[in-house]
Amino acid sequence: MRAVAASWVRACMALDWLLLLPLLGVSALGLLVLYSAGDDGGSLVRHQGQRMAFGFAALLVLALASPEWLRRAAPWCYLGGVGLLLFLGWSDAGGGTRRWLSLGALSFQPSECMKLLVPMGAAWLLTCGTRPPTLMRMLGVLLLTALPAYLVLRQPDLGTAVLLLGVGLCMIFLAGVSWSLLLAAAAAAPLLLLAGWEYIRAYQKQRIFHFLNPEQDPSGSGYHLIQSKIAIGSGGVHGKGWLQGTQAQLEFVPERSTDFIFAVFCEEFGFIGAVLLLAAYLFLMVRGLGIALRCPGHFGRLLAAGFVLSFFASVFVNIAMNIGVLPVVGVPLPLISLGGTSTVTMLAGFGMLMALSREPARVP
Amino acid sequence: MTDAQAATRAATRIQRRIYVCLLLVPLAIGALLLRLFHLQVLEHERYTTLSEANRLRVVPVPPPRGRIFSQDGVLLAGHRLGYDLQVVASEAGPTQVWLPRLKELVTLNEVHLERYRKLRGRRQVFEPLVLKADLKEREVYRFVVHQHFFPGISVVGRSQRYYPRGLETAHVIGYVSRLSAADLELLGEERSRYVATDIIGKTGLERAYEHLLHGREGYLEEEVNADGRSLRVVRESPARPGRDLHLSLDAALQFEAQMLLDGKRGAVVAIEPTTGRILALASQPSFDPNLFTVGISARLYRELLDAPDRPLYNRALQGQYPPGSSIKPFYALAALHEEVRGLEQPTWCPGHYRIGGRRGRVFHDWKRGGHGNMSMLPAITQSCDVYFYHLALDLGIRSMSDSLRRFGFGERTRLRGGAEQPGLVPTPEWKLRVRREPWRKGDTLNMGIGQGFLLVTPLQLAAATAALADRGVWRRPSLVLTEEPEEPEAVTYDPRHLHWVREGMRRVVHGARGTARAVGRGLTYEMAGKTGTAQVVKLTEERRRDKDVLEELQDHAWFIAYAPFEKPRIALVVLVENGGSGSKGAAPLARRLLDQYLAVSGES
Repeated sequence: MRAVAASWVRACMALDWLLLLPLLGVSALGLLVLYSAGDDGGSLVRHQGQRMAFGFAALLVLALASPEWLRRAAPWCYLGGVGLLLFLGWSDAGGGTRRWLSLGALSFQPSECMKLLVPMGAAWLLTCGTRPPTLMRMLGVLLLTALPAYLVLRQPDLGTAVLLLGVGLCMIFLAGVSWSLLLAAAAAAPLLLLAGWEYIRAYQKQRIFHFLNPEQDPSGSGYHLIQSKIAIGSGGVHGKGWLQGTQAQLEFVPERSTDFIFAVFCEEFGFIGAVLLLAAYLFLMVRGLGIALRCPGHFGRLLAAGFVLSFFASVFVNIAMNIGVLPVVGVPLPLISLGGTSTVTMLAGFGMLMALSREPARVP
Repeated sequence: MTDAQAATRAATRIQRRIYVCLLLVPLAIGALLLRLFHLQVLEHERYTTLSEANRLRVVPVPPPRGRIFSQDGVLLAGHRLGYDLQVVASEAGPTQVWLPRLKELVTLNEVHLERYRKLRGRRQVFEPLVLKADLKEREVYRFVVHQHFFPGISVVGRSQRYYPRGLETAHVIGYVSRLSAADLELLGEERSRYVATDIIGKTGLERAYEHLLHGREGYLEEEVNADGRSLRVVRESPARPGRDLHLSLDAALQFEAQMLLDGKRGAVVAIEPTTGRILALASQPSFDPNLFTVGISARLYRELLDAPDRPLYNRALQGQYPPGSSIKPFYALAALHEEVRGLEQPTWCPGHYRIGGRRGRVFHDWKRGGHGNMSMLPAITQSCDVYFYHLALDLGIRSMSDSLRRFGFGERTRLRGGAEQPGLVPTPEWKLRVRREPWRKGDTLNMGIGQGFLLVTPLQLAAATAALADRGVWRRPSLVLTEEPEEPEAVTYDPRHLHWVREGMRRVVHGARGTARAVGRGLTYEMAGKTGTAQVVKLTEERRRDKDVLEELQDHAWFIAYAPFEKPRIALVVLVENGGSGSKGAAPLARRLLDQYLAVSGES
């Protein structure tokens, strides 16, 4: 018994509390904002709370895993994710919006999982040999990213698809592709965009147009952006106070509990609240990148940094969309927005970070 | 290069890239914070304004419209509760569920349903929509008993303009009705005062005193959600009710006048001679102004407009008639004033007057046998036409027109609250211009007995009669007590001349041969009067007495009067269209009204 207790204490001591505490803090804040954004007396909060508890459980389990085990599991996890996406696309061959997969009582969004699985798959592919990554492998990573991105785009979910592509490019960047190649890719990007324009749905084009000029159609999709900016701007320095945001409470802000929860938060907690939240996010990212730096293995290094960049991309895209810097695309704010899959995925990712940080530093 | 060396190089390369990320990520977060600072701190005020504009809705509150009272305090225009049937679609459910049962209780036609469907398309489901306005009392009771079958449907009370004695006051009070696009156009800048109201005064006093009666709108500031549902009232600024109007009308006299004219076409105007205040302004046939307050149907309105006896037309102000002999006292006064005739100067009346030699045109007297030798007072008393033919020729057309104009004929009296016609006092220039014919001697003769081109309104004649009653002072008629009467012009007539003409009018009633001596019997006070019988078409004397002559061809009956003679408190005009002779068709009505008014006001 004493041995078990001692191992528990050791395990707890080994946990990365500098990651865990900010995560708990941001998650709690998320539930608080969600309570304000929902208008059904807390049932959203209960639901999200359960998912969060599950996410933290996954985090603790993964935190105890060994990096080597993670490396071996990575390709299978990736393939599983792509398989689910393929299944989702196949089961709904007629097209139309379908992002949810139901397995009995459990339903989740495979596309959200890919935010963690793409870095895993890419990290595995880039490190499966001992030799430094070659150009062929870089192209492999590109393919490995493009496939799920395409499947997600078909759902259709432009925001997540672009985000996944971005994560893939980050992986290639991290792996050390030469700067000259990066510049060439940057030059080719506009051409790709032009080609991609054909595949974008009409309503997505509309959103991009309205992002460029939101006042043109205040009752249509530009309405979201206008109301979100009004909510954020009217929050001011101190905010209107929890449950006091008129834009949120009177339902002017659309998608209050999901895509635009940041607007609700800013209206009620003000600029001070926004600074604190972004500081917490930044702390998590810097800490994660620090772990990546100290990681002994290539795989761990790439996975840690890749996941942090994926997390960063979600935070950045969501907030930028809320404040009218990017077009309105459906990307949730990690740990705050309502959504079990996103929450569990992000917490699992941080669990992996903890596992990687636990590994004693030794020279390879 | 060994694998180990390569691996180390790769590792350092990855580390370098991570350092790049460590630099870029805080920069990106910083950029977001800058943008947030811009929104939340620099542009805070602008967004606060927008947020408040989202949150608050200003709802105008209609002011209660001012009421209208008679001089003796009788309510002539007020309010009553109208009952509307309202439907909240979100609670009532689909139409086919409740409509069949509702139709058994409340009369609903296609017009109601069509309007409801249109409203339904424009409004939110939780907004109450009027299915039928102004339910009948019976419908209200029937519905309320069965209300529990109809969730989301209710009867709602609403204050509505109401004229308790509508038929008896319609022409003078006028009516309110729905604001039209044309009304809004007319209102111009003022239209902002009508955001909460959908009625406006359309005719009569309701229109003329709209600015006082309307009042000022109040406001409610409501907090609303994104769907526009009202959550609570944040601020309130109450409406200022419209001002009440107190009229100079004597309600009892007005109702009696209207009643006496019932079934006839005609008008009564009664004026207080010392002030010019109107005591009664009656016109028949009349209409129910309450029909207009909730919106009259186009068909019913057309019917009213096209009715042969024209009930919408205010005969007291808009009717223009030849005055007949009732105009004679004014000519008599003019002749004395211009010194073309003396009081005793005699004129021989053979029963006719001939112009242009033996073959010339003959102008008859109403009395075929003639009046014999006539001086001014008997000529007035007996209404001798031949005397006034001579008098007209002595005065001349110019003098006649000028003197009539001095008594307010030929132009609108500018009574506030009435759409008046100006009447017509002809001149040779007028005839040349309009008729393209020169003025003839016969025209002067005709005008001398109140026929021909001369046209007056009952109001003009009443104001002129009041001027005779008050010894030559013409006062602008008025209806609203709170307005100070205009200062009248100084009297220009010789008191002796006025006295003689007034005496002539006294003898019309009290003299042994007066044309209205029949109404003078049993009088407890002295009165003065003058009959008038205005030809509509030229008929021979025989035909004129024939009872079978079509009613439309019968003469208009006039009677002008004032009483008590020495200190008149009331001057009166009665006109009955196609009423026959003034003495029989109009004078008895005047007597009844004077009896009533003087008996009542004599006691006080």
